[in-house]
Amino acid sequence: MNEKSEAAGATGPSHRMAEVGLTVLMIVFALIVIGGSLQVGIGWASDGPRAGFFPFYCGLFVFAASIFNLFAAFSVDARAGLFAEWGQLRQVLSVVVPSAIYVAIVPWVGMYLASALLIVVFMVWIGRYSLILALAIAVPVMIATFVVFERWFLVPLPKGPVEAYLGY
Amino acid sequence: MTRRLDKSVFIAVAAFGATLALAPASPASAAWEPTRPVEFIIPAGTGGGADIMARTIQGIVSKHNLMKQPVLPINKSGGAGGEGFLDVKGSAGNPHKIIITLSNLFTTPLATGIPFNWKDLTPVAMLALDEFVLWVNAEKPYKTVKEYIDAAKAANGTFKMAGTGSKQEDQIITEAIQKSTGVKFIYIPEKGGGAVAVQLVGGHVDSTVNNPNEAVSHWRGGKLRPLCVFDGKPMPYKDPIAEGKSWADIPVCKSQGLNMEYLMLRGIFTTPGATKDQVDFYIDLFKKVRATPEWQDLMKNGAFNQSFMTGDEYVKWVAAAEKEHHELMKAAGFLAK
Amino acid sequence: MEEIGNLFHGFSIVLQPYNILLMVIGIVLGVIIGVLPGLGGANGVAILLPLTFSMSPTSAIIMLSCIYWGALFGGAITSVLFNIPGEPWSVATTFDGHPMAQQGKAGEALTAAFTSSFVGAFFAIVVITLVAPLVANFALRFGPAEKFGVYFLAFCSFVGMSKEPPMKTVAAMMIGFALAAVGLDEMTGQLRLTFGFTHLLTGFDFLIAVIGLFGIGEILLTMEEGLHFKGRAAVINPRIVLQTWKELPKYWITSLRSSVIGCWMGITPAGATPASFMSYGIAKRLSKNGRNFGKGEIEGVVAPETAAHAAGTSALLPMLSLGVPGSPTAAVLLGGLLIWGLQPGPMLFVENKEFIWGLIASMYLGNVVGLIIVLTCVPIFAAILRIPFPIIAPIILVFCAIGAYSVNNSSFDVMMMMVFGVLGYLLKKCNYPLAPLVLAIVLGDKAEEAFRQSLLASQGSLAIFWSNGLVSTIMALGLIALFWPLISEAWNRVRSLATAA
Repeated sequence: MNEKSEAAGATGPSHRMAEVGLTVLMIVFALIVIGGSLQVGIGWASDGPRAGFFPFYCGLFVFAASIFNLFAAFSVDARAGLFAEWGQLRQVLSVVVPSAIYVAIVPWVGMYLASALLIVVFMVWIGRYSLILALAIAVPVMIATFVVFERWFLVPLPKGPVEAYLGY
Repeated sequence: MTRRLDKSVFIAVAAFGATLALAPASPASAAWEPTRPVEFIIPAGTGGGADIMARTIQGIVSKHNLMKQPVLPINKSGGAGGEGFLDVKGSAGNPHKIIITLSNLFTTPLATGIPFNWKDLTPVAMLALDEFVLWVNAEKPYKTVKEYIDAAKAANGTFKMAGTGSKQEDQIITEAIQKSTGVKFIYIPEKGGGAVAVQLVGGHVDSTVNNPNEAVSHWRGGKLRPLCVFDGKPMPYKDPIAEGKSWADIPVCKSQGLNMEYLMLRGIFTTPGATKDQVDFYIDLFKKVRATPEWQDLMKNGAFNQSFMTGDEYVKWVAAAEKEHHELMKAAGFLAK
Repeated sequence: MEEIGNLFHGFSIVLQPYNILLMVIGIVLGVIIGVLPGLGGANGVAILLPLTFSMSPTSAIIMLSCIYWGALFGGAITSVLFNIPGEPWSVATTFDGHPMAQQGKAGEALTAAFTSSFVGAFFAIVVITLVAPLVANFALRFGPAEKFGVYFLAFCSFVGMSKEPPMKTVAAMMIGFALAAVGLDEMTGQLRLTFGFTHLLTGFDFLIAVIGLFGIGEILLTMEEGLHFKGRAAVINPRIVLQTWKELPKYWITSLRSSVIGCWMGITPAGATPASFMSYGIAKRLSKNGRNFGKGEIEGVVAPETAAHAAGTSALLPMLSLGVPGSPTAAVLLGGLLIWGLQPGPMLFVENKEFIWGLIASMYLGNVVGLIIVLTCVPIFAAILRIPFPIIAPIILVFCAIGAYSVNNSSFDVMMMMVFGVLGYLLKKCNYPLAPLVLAIVLGDKAEEAFRQSLLASQGSLAIFWSNGLVSTIMALGLIALFWPLISEAWNRVRSLATAA
């Protein structure tokens, strides 16, 4: 897949677009930081800088550097290169989306069940393994995790209704 | 290959089934008892006074088998302990969670304005009160509070006092000293009590108000000198610590012209909405903990004030302490705007 | 030589079969803890602390300190294999360790990491044995200004050396500093940058950022390039250890320098994580292979691992003699001492000689035992890379999530980790350096705190950073490190002029 990326006909978002998008994100971040710092005071009191002094200047630096990077990104030829091919991005998203759902449901269904589900979905959907093999790996791994964390090291992880039913 | 996999599936299923079978086996007794491990929230970092006390309690409970379920200490120190308080506040209806408090029970919400008040929690018991002692470097000439105050006055506002955190107990005491004597200090916040004591030993600051157990080793090593204790009466511990002196020999600050009393709560609360049965279980548990020799050692090593309160008496004490903190912090200008 | 006699007495205590058994148990547990991200040495020590009540304090500290050693060793494993630092101080190990694994040299990288850990720790123990009292007094000289100097020095030795565009480095670094500032401001007790959002009370923990940026980001990059690890062709050969050992003596200067840096950073209260970054930065500048750092240079594994272990070990000394913990693990150990009725502090060395020398002897033996245990497992660890990616990737994701959760017991952090993961992927693709960002999160709030404490003490005068010989020297070294590229260039020009003339 890697060697194909230079081949003609491969399409995808341009590198420039990605750069510009990321820089705009950073500018937004910088503005939030600057705003938050102004709230707590950015001055230099008689006994040294106040709470917002450091974050304010950090925000300012991020802002200035991002403006510079924005222009640098625009000065590059739009056709200079692809950020990634659509196919590659689809691969990346096929991890990002299930993982994002995973982290979102952890507080509700608990770490163990959600994790087992993630492993199964990942193995079956992306790895094209059989469901039985996926279960045969996911369930023992999570039971081992349960024993190590909850029993040995007494580190409580988020638990959902199933664990509650089992008395944990 | 398939055979091996089948076997592991079988083991997994068997283990699952075994857990299912064991789960509903709870005894049918009237009084409440924890059915799950009890999370013991510590609204402070590892290694501090509250942390050590909580972990000692964990050890005592497991060593003496005081409870069928284990105790799990969890540090939630973010936002000067605010994280821990908000966690317990948000766990209404879960009796398997208790929290040990220090003065940040009052100071954190007052100073930061986070949506929390001790009344959000269910009070269980006061375990002890922690003392505060005025310490100076042993190489300095002043041996009494009066000499110390005179030296601080002569230094004309350059005397440095180090303490734990900002707008918390150490700084409140410092403010009160300033008020009662008219001396001006530079207050330098540090992360923990141990670091505060070391800054004093290293001569980077001029005095501290460390808890006894944070500074005792340096006292014994001849590096620090206690001047007075911020309590109404001297501490009861008579075993000699250094140079033939004991905790009991440290005069109370009031008698030395420093009109200030301050004790820090080491108390237990549980989640909102806990029933009387549940609170009674924990009270009973802590009564048993207090009776063990390990607890007595901890009290003696840290020269704690061993007051124990429960029920209304405890609630009244906490309410009065909150009022006092509010007044002290208001006077010092520490309240959140 | 009273110390030597004491030390041998210590060995005689440690060498009892019961204590050796505890040592092995401790090391194995420690390695497990080090491998699982989020399950830090502090967890292991804290959880086992109550179990040790029934042991003698010496046996207990042997077992607990061995967990500490094990965790130090174990942190390197996931760094090398998956680009996930199991512990904060293994972040710098990923820079070259993971590229080595991708090139099929996981065994070499692990052997180099473990051996360097051992060398660093051993060096530090010898320092502790010989000059313990001196070291304790030296540590006392560190006030806020001196502490700031140390952070400044660590930072300066690391920045200003990346291949990435300078403005991108600045942006990444400043984002790190800004993230470090979120939460409670320790100096004023005020909340800042939380916008009334209670989840942000705790700020952004370094480990969560690192697990996301490095670990998750790496999985995403791997996905983009196809469904397999690049390092699966790794040669798994038990002799790999010996072959790597033959190579390592070449880097003795790096090892020695890193050991010294590590001890310095451990005794001054900066700790193992800054030590590893600083040592990596300096090695990169001074090594003749410096240009290849970041692409899988074995010296880039040796430098941070040696320094991290030297620092982690020497940090135990100020802890015992002053009662100030250098890390969460050390803080729990310290609590343990109190529970056992021992008071950390200067008198510990006088009143509890058997305990102290038992501990020091266990440091020697614990490290030897640890090295043997982890080295025999190198082929097993390297074989993990042969597990097909679609099986191992979700398991890595799960352990990253567990790791992120257990830092603060917060599900919000797990989501933050995912955000950092996507961010790490984007930043890396857009050629932003991640290391300065991470270092800024580690050092940011500590450096700011020390800076503001200093200014409180001096009533706002910056002269405090040049007020005595110690702090002036540290600051001057920091400035030299910062401008080193310019200085070395000027030096080269002067030299070429001289030869031309």
